[in-house]
Amino acid sequence: MGSLREIKKRIVSVKNTQQITRAMRMVAAAKLRRAQESIQALRPYAYKIRDVITHLTAVVPSEDHPLLAQREPKRVVLLVITSDRGLCGAFNANINRRTESYVAENEAGHQDIQLAIIGRKGQEYFRRRSLPVLHEYREILTHPTFENARTIADELIESFTSQSLDAVYILYNEFKSAIAQQVVVEQLLPMPLPKPEETKAHEEITEFIYEPGKQELLDGILPLNVEIQVYRAILESLASEMGARMTAMESATNNAKELIKSLTLEYNKARQAAITTELIEIISGAEAL
Amino acid sequence: MPLHLQVVTPQKLTVDRDVDEVTIPGEMGELGVLPGHSPLLTLLKIGILRYRVGSDWQEFAVNQGYAEVFADGVAVVTDTCETSSEIDLERALESKRRAEERLATMATIDADFRRAERSLHRAESRILLSKTSGKPQSH
Repeated sequence: MGSLREIKKRIVSVKNTQQITRAMRMVAAAKLRRAQESIQALRPYAYKIRDVITHLTAVVPSEDHPLLAQREPKRVVLLVITSDRGLCGAFNANINRRTESYVAENEAGHQDIQLAIIGRKGQEYFRRRSLPVLHEYREILTHPTFENARTIADELIESFTSQSLDAVYILYNEFKSAIAQQVVVEQLLPMPLPKPEETKAHEEITEFIYEPGKQELLDGILPLNVEIQVYRAILESLASEMGARMTAMESATNNAKELIKSLTLEYNKARQAAITTELIEIISGAEAL
Repeated sequence: MPLHLQVVTPQKLTVDRDVDEVTIPGEMGELGVLPGHSPLLTLLKIGILRYRVGSDWQEFAVNQGYAEVFADGVAVVTDTCETSSEIDLERALESKRRAEERLATMATIDADFRRAERSLHRAESRILLSKTSGKPQSH
């Protein structure tokens, strides 16, 4: 049993930690809400784009479009989204592990797999591994704007259309709920065509006037869908990160509470023991007189 | 018959209301839309989108995207849509200058080039809107 003063000091220090974890939990909750709002706000835009692409691919022959071209996937890039900060449970470990297992599974099929990483945690992790890193994107998660997502998407599109890449996949934590995330792998390029909700009547489509032309419209709009996919993945990952951090901080706060309880008990025991010893000393001292 | 205008950006549904007339900055030129227009799909040029309710015109600086026109509605899907009160003219002028500088030093047309080009266009449409707003309309 430690001395009274030592136990007291530990209680104070655990209380301080608890205060920090509690604050972090609340900050994560606020940021989670913001990320969720961004995901919601993106929806009408994403739906519009999806509908118009469905419309256009129905009227334009599109199989050989540069963004849809299927090639044998020899040179592949994995776009991996991790977080900039830690203290979010197994969030980063999950995505890093999935990335490694994905590479291990597909090494035989592809000649060349490279990583493009968003988030400091993934970048630090893979810098110490033997996997080739093509690109490290910084300052994305602090400013999760559409413009930033577009920059990333455009670079990948550029490499894909110039045929220095054959396929791009994106790995990120999908947001299920505040307490559940799931690592998913999605194909980014060649672009999977969005699934139409319902097939529109063809008569309705053929009456359209197209300016400047159907092909130009498709060329202009298709990249937007890739950009949306990257943007949404970043937002989902952010929401997941905040959810994971909330859970982690919640349990850290609870653990601190438990620890304080047992330390207080120990403190009281030590205090009582000290009083008892003192009393015995006084009594035996009095008896000796 | 009213014309229902929706302006959608990745950030939000900026406009969602019935209007009397819309002017769209189309790729092939400015496009006036009244109720009963034939169905049309056009790419947008970075420029100014206007709509009229009664005799009141509203203006927005819009970015690349597309517009879908039906007899009873217009959907404008664009990256950004800003009113003149949201635009900081100083900042737009500054970013225009920076984008022009960057473009002048670039030799190849790559992703960087296009990014600079986009920010130049964005700045230009913002400058255009903040200079024209408040003046009487020529319609």
